[in-house]
Amino acid sequence: MPSYVITEKCDGCKGQDKTACQYICPNDLMVLDTDTMKAYNRAPDMCWECMCCVKMCPQQAMDVRGYADFVPLGASVVPLRGSEDIMWTIKFRNGVVKRFKFPIRTTAEGAAVPSGGYAEHADINSAALANEPECIGIGALPTTK
Amino acid sequence: MDANFETVEVKTDVLILGGGMAATGAAVEAAYWAKKNNQTVALVDKAAMDRSGAVAMGLSAINQYLGLDREKNTIEQYVDYVRRDLMGVTREDLVYNIARHVDGTVHLFEKWGLPIWKDADGNYVNEGRWQIMINGESYKIIVSEAAKNALGTDNLYERVFITEPLVENGKIAGAIGISTRENKVYVFRAKAVICAMGGAVHVFRPRSTGEGLGRSWYPPFNTGSSAFFTIKAGAEMTCQEVRFIPIRFKDGYGPVGAWFLLFKAKATNAFGENYFVTNGEELKKYAPYGTGKPIPACLRNHLGMLDLFAGKGPIYMHTAEAIQAIAEGETDPKMAKKKLKELESEAWEDFLDMTISQALLWAAQNIEPEKKESEIAPCEPYFIGSHSGASGAWVSGPEDLAPKDYFWGYEHMTTIKGLFAAGDASGASSHKFSSGSHAEGRIVGKAAVKYALENPDEVKIADAKVEAAKTAALAPLVTWEKHQALSSDPNINPNFIKPRDFMFRLQKIMDEYAGGVSMQFTTNKFLLDRGMELMVMLKEDSEKLAAEDLHELSRAWENIHRMWQAEAHIRTVLYREETRWPGYYYRADFTEMDEKNWKCFVNCIYDPEKKEWEMVKREILSIVD
Repeated sequence: MPSYVITEKCDGCKGQDKTACQYICPNDLMVLDTDTMKAYNRAPDMCWECMCCVKMCPQQAMDVRGYADFVPLGASVVPLRGSEDIMWTIKFRNGVVKRFKFPIRTTAEGAAVPSGGYAEHADINSAALANEPECIGIGALPTTK
Repeated sequence: MDANFETVEVKTDVLILGGGMAATGAAVEAAYWAKKNNQTVALVDKAAMDRSGAVAMGLSAINQYLGLDREKNTIEQYVDYVRRDLMGVTREDLVYNIARHVDGTVHLFEKWGLPIWKDADGNYVNEGRWQIMINGESYKIIVSEAAKNALGTDNLYERVFITEPLVENGKIAGAIGISTRENKVYVFRAKAVICAMGGAVHVFRPRSTGEGLGRSWYPPFNTGSSAFFTIKAGAEMTCQEVRFIPIRFKDGYGPVGAWFLLFKAKATNAFGENYFVTNGEELKKYAPYGTGKPIPACLRNHLGMLDLFAGKGPIYMHTAEAIQAIAEGETDPKMAKKKLKELESEAWEDFLDMTISQALLWAAQNIEPEKKESEIAPCEPYFIGSHSGASGAWVSGPEDLAPKDYFWGYEHMTTIKGLFAAGDASGASSHKFSSGSHAEGRIVGKAAVKYALENPDEVKIADAKVEAAKTAALAPLVTWEKHQALSSDPNINPNFIKPRDFMFRLQKIMDEYAGGVSMQFTTNKFLLDRGMELMVMLKEDSEKLAAEDLHELSRAWENIHRMWQAEAHIRTVLYREETRWPGYYYRADFTEMDEKNWKCFVNCIYDPEKKEWEMVKREILSIVD
């Protein structure tokens, strides 16, 4: 689809300054209607179907309906994203259901240390970047000279 | 400027524009060197960095990894691979530079928490020679997290759209931005600016023009901002003709790499002919590039397109055959069943990690890949210097690698002093993909801090110039206010054009005159000249773009950015009188590759003061045998 909002489930993120879907959409598509306190996708034909909004919605109030101009009706792909893995439920038009689970990260959320623990150096004039050569895993930065 | 808008002034030593892979790489590295040297760094992203840029949805593979630590490949081999793929036209010093840093980037990703597939011995699992498999649903979130931890969130400006560069006497001075959420105009002043705002999508008319318009292969939020920013700053640009057309699963645009490389699947036309075999003779015309291995991406496209243009479609990827062949390798039936399950899961993850629509399309068409083949097709043209395209700014090589003519002081700096480019923004250094873009970001992150330290004086820019840029940034809102009362329809008004309609007008010109899908990627001098005539009128009308709100205001600017990318493309395709990249585009008036006259770079430079374009040839200087 485009992503769409299930009216009954959306609570407008309870009147906070922005909804989760507004916050995350890479293409600035999600808007909150402040009269109804329901979010909506303002330009479905600019939606990439990245599902960033679907994965982030705290109410599971978002889904995707395949692009009307080439996707036959009746199928669905639903993610359930946790802190370590993601579960996908795929329902075919003919009723077949498949479920897959994949890991998404190996560290705790927020734990990424920029240096990765590799040794740093302080020579701004060298071609070696902050954690090189150790982060490459070789003795010295390769060069042609 | 509109009295309802507040001006926010931001002063920093190093300014990073963009929030994708290159920009996050720049952030990590620049933050480190800045802290060591009492410099400041700020980053501006038009979206939320956790899910901005081309990797927003995730990825299922990292396409550039050399394995230098295990001596799997050499950097020279990578340069040779890229050079062949781009039909000889590549900046070897830049490709070498990115390749020597890229493994470090990938190792950092793993430390940060990205799951990379490993075999029983603990080695990364290769998809192809240079590609490794990942569980990449949260790839961008993880990389963004490291960037944010390095920068500090106070130095991050999200939901700010950069409209124009600020330049004085050939030196970058900063940039103008607009908030997409509040009535604010930003004036960023910096000593060094890193341009990393991605490639360009929706310059050409896509195949799907209904609701599926947004299902572009590269994301619709890559809107030519890098090209615009560097062109408008007056930087020399390269390879503006080298657009990219990927072959993908039809309509959903799901990746084919795992099928071709990992599962060893074959593609044939509707009559069962393998076009790599039946059209194989064609490759000799493009020697030495076409006669070696691997076959360049444009030539692989070309062989398939010959069949499509001859009416032999659809082209099918034989997924079921490939999966059965792998499963049959297991003699124990129990193990074979287990293997089949694994392959099925891997095939679906390939889509779910990076092109969820393709999974939905398969489910909606009742396609189970282990049972049924699936259609593949060429997409529409894209501008993506990080993949098998090459368009971007002409940048300096590093001192220890670059031939003299390719070196002017700081690594990957454009011809505008203090303006750096990385990822899709820098040209002639293809095959960086996500990891190489991040590595190039790290390269410019360090170089930009060094530049700021060695050039400590603020670049003074006249107040009038800044005010004019602020006024221009908001002009579409003013146009709307001034004229909207005339018509009862907000989109139909003789005094203005809305961004959406403007985009369709641009796409029609590009599709029909510059070799888009409807023209089977073919053009000639006469079509291009006519396209330019129409482009001139479009440029004039861009001053009549109207926006009802902040969202439409950013859309208006996105389309101005696309338009400049389009113009640079038309001018360069017109200038190069040969067909060097068949499968990307065909010049019907110069159908052959011409090594004698055109084995060179074609660069273009826009002079912002004189408002004139200049086309130049630049020599290809090799550093690897």
